[in-house]
Amino acid sequence: MSEAKKAVKYPNDLMGLSKAEYDLVLEIMGREPNQVELGIFSVMWSEHCSYKSSKKWLKTLPTKAPWVICGPGENAGVIDIGDGNAAIFKMESHNHPSFIEPYQGAATGVGGILRDVFTMGARPIANLNALRFGSPDHAKTRHLVSGVVHGIGGYGNSVGVPTVAGEVNFHPSYNGNILVNAMTVGLAKTDKIFYSAAAGLGNPVVYVGSKTGRDGIHGATMASAEFTDDSEEKRPTVQVGDPFTEKLLIEACLELMNTDTIVAIQDMGAAGLTSSSFEMASKGGMGIVIDLDKVPARETGMTPFEFMLSESQERMLIILKPGSEPQAEAIFTKWELDFAVIGHLTDTGRMVLRFNGEQVGDLPIDPLAAASPEYDRPWVKTPPQKPLGRVNHPLPFIEALGKLVGTPDMASRRWIWQQYDHLIRGNTAQIPGGDAAVVRIEGNEGKALAMTTDCTPRYVFADPVEGGKQAVAETWRNITAVGGRPLAITDNMNFGNPERPEIMGQFVGAVEGIREACLALDYPVVSGNVSLYNETNGKGILPTPAIGGVGVLDDVTKMATLAFKLPGEAILLVGKTNGHLGQSVYLRDICGQEDGPPPPVDLKVERTNGDAVRMLITKGMVSAVHDCSDGGLAIALAEMAMASGIGAEVKLPSGDAFEIGFGEDQARYVLTCPADKAEAVIAAAEAAGAPVAKLGLTGGDALTFAGQGTISVAALKTAHEGWLPGYMAGK
Amino acid sequence: MKAAIITFPGSNRERDMRMALTRVNNGKAPLDVWHGDSDLPQGLDLIVLPGGFSYGDYLRVGAMAANSPIMRAVKARADAGTRVLAVCNGFQIACEAGLLPGALMTNAGLQFICKEVNLRIETTQSEFTQKYRKGQTIRVPVAHHDGNYTLDADSVKQLEDEDRIAFRYADGLGNVAPETNLNGSVSNIAGIYNAKKTVLGLMPHPENATDPVCGGTDGLGLFESIAESLS
Repeated sequence: MSEAKKAVKYPNDLMGLSKAEYDLVLEIMGREPNQVELGIFSVMWSEHCSYKSSKKWLKTLPTKAPWVICGPGENAGVIDIGDGNAAIFKMESHNHPSFIEPYQGAATGVGGILRDVFTMGARPIANLNALRFGSPDHAKTRHLVSGVVHGIGGYGNSVGVPTVAGEVNFHPSYNGNILVNAMTVGLAKTDKIFYSAAAGLGNPVVYVGSKTGRDGIHGATMASAEFTDDSEEKRPTVQVGDPFTEKLLIEACLELMNTDTIVAIQDMGAAGLTSSSFEMASKGGMGIVIDLDKVPARETGMTPFEFMLSESQERMLIILKPGSEPQAEAIFTKWELDFAVIGHLTDTGRMVLRFNGEQVGDLPIDPLAAASPEYDRPWVKTPPQKPLGRVNHPLPFIEALGKLVGTPDMASRRWIWQQYDHLIRGNTAQIPGGDAAVVRIEGNEGKALAMTTDCTPRYVFADPVEGGKQAVAETWRNITAVGGRPLAITDNMNFGNPERPEIMGQFVGAVEGIREACLALDYPVVSGNVSLYNETNGKGILPTPAIGGVGVLDDVTKMATLAFKLPGEAILLVGKTNGHLGQSVYLRDICGQEDGPPPPVDLKVERTNGDAVRMLITKGMVSAVHDCSDGGLAIALAEMAMASGIGAEVKLPSGDAFEIGFGEDQARYVLTCPADKAEAVIAAAEAAGAPVAKLGLTGGDALTFAGQGTISVAALKTAHEGWLPGYMAGK
Repeated sequence: MKAAIITFPGSNRERDMRMALTRVNNGKAPLDVWHGDSDLPQGLDLIVLPGGFSYGDYLRVGAMAANSPIMRAVKARADAGTRVLAVCNGFQIACEAGLLPGALMTNAGLQFICKEVNLRIETTQSEFTQKYRKGQTIRVPVAHHDGNYTLDADSVKQLEDEDRIAFRYADGLGNVAPETNLNGSVSNIAGIYNAKKTVLGLMPHPENATDPVCGGTDGLGLFESIAESLS
């Protein structure tokens, strides 16, 4: 064996495979692969497609619950939301392409995640996103924000799916690697879900959608490597989106799904025709023959290698029931889309590729899939942060609050979400700017879905386990704060180079935190995506496991919003305030320190307090609800005031005002209710085990903190609304 | 009222329109007509050109759809007096098709805008707005990238003289000023009528303001006016 190994002549271009992986290719093939075959190994075993560094850990996540219909492994996760309806959702990254070409990178990110959802039979009803950019004063940031926002809007607005929620952070660690995570939520009938496992000897393999061009070749491999200074040269690996074709494809596929013709269906995402055909055959235990000359081509002279590895957008692969081709073709012709029978299923267990009558590739499917590398990469536990020492407060409390509402991470995102059509389809009951978006269920408009994306990367960096827990808990809390029952999550794990043990340690820790939170909150992971190698010149991003949560409101008319409703109402705080300043935005943005451990997450308390708040909302006992997160209690109150134009007079719980006002203790909510109902609300919450403190009353046009001073709601709003438009205008 | 909604490839607010029309028409849904058809159903009282991005709006907005087969039939019916409601992309198509004067250019701010705006009702002498009060302001959302209504000064004067301006972008008190001009439209115009006031084109989406839970009900008056006039 060692003799034989020495004799191996490695090709000059291993297409991203390691030599050890190439050795495995030789073993599986029993001969040297040709260029097409090597290309297929390369993309199927890329980090992006194979999850080779992360698989071992992802397997530990809880994925089951009585309401989970389909967990990770399919195109998207599926949960039962009652009444015969299912919600289908997933979040996926498009980080590397968006940095290279922000408009198209972000646009095709939206297009890709939409396809993952409608390929399972769902009508997409909402898009969300989670974005991270570098420091605002970095030379590229403004251009990247502008391009990404236009790309998300340009695609989502045109396909007619509302973009209803998202989050945005700025931090220097993303200077060379922005994060663009896009999520789609769709609606289907529980008895009409479509899967991707091929079946039926001889069944036709059908290609529909756009024609194949030379764009995005080796995009998956590009997304599995670090960036260097010459990453701009990778622009040709970025795909170009066409939302118009996507809109036609959605309508055509949903129309086809209403007929009884589909055996299996899968979109062509990363690694295009290669991964879609390979995965469909592999999942179904079938062989497949593809005639590449039958693939609709956008350009002349394309080679088999280019056909297999192109990442042209807006394409799907379908296994049809035999004889149903004419019926299916008529639908795609009506929608002016390409339709081509490009192959059939076999029982050989092999993928055979032909081009103009010649065989150009022949690979065994199971061995390639089974031998897909899985690494137990070395990792080290992230050392705990030193306790936070004495903090010097450079500004008086009120001044600090006035400044904090207008900092890059805390300022209003209105400039962004007003460029997204968040109303189309007429079911958006809660628009961006609240704790979670609420979208009514089509055909059952009394009920609604609540959805949100969240992560606090600075917490994860300081303590991956607590940070992982917090990201999950915050989505759960945001869904709770609008009155929803949180049901399941999708995770989008964005990390640096997993070959570095400290980065791998962040990943392992975050997965552990997510696992604990999902278990404690009965809130399983049903889909997800991993994006590694988010590094430039050896500098990694803050670890960012973005979580997308979905829940149900059984009665949309009971939905809560964060704006104060009336003057003279009682303001209550649910949850205990210890004044935890470690890793808070106040500490970072006002005091200039990124220190200390993040706030601990007590999942039992989280659940008790959240269940109590949801009970108060569903009983109609409270008028406004907002969770405390970034910026703590003072920011939560300021946001409730700014959303309504109504001020408040409050007395903070006892303790140091800065710690109590800006500390980011978890599991807390601010509520309002009619003043004469306050005792009843407190009694009900306390009976459910949640501690409640009275803070004060709403009213006036200023926010007053006893002993600290006053700031007008108008001044808060000016600072809060002013920063992002001003920044984007170059001020 | 017998209504039909035309669906072009890339139309995307036809569903919202269907919901609004169904709401005011005793639960009776409008008919769906495909852009590739050359005939319209008989006996229509109302034809709707809905919002969206017909043909991706990759050429000038509305230009491709204005030349699709069904538009010949729409123009013939409009000439014969059938009422036409043209919203957002539909307004752009109607201008391109010559059903209405003027053109919709890219928003002055060069960005897509989705938000609730205040519209001042400029005339109630119309079957589309008779249930409103003249000068009343209503809150209705917009969602467009190319809503900058453009027309030469003489023609604007003619529209004013003939009471053909339907809505203007205003503030909450009904004041029309440069600061309340959302997208650069000439004279803050948000919607206009043809000479016979049988065709209404507007950029905002009253169909997304017909539901107390989602978007409020300020747009309902328009659909109730239509239903009452045409039933």
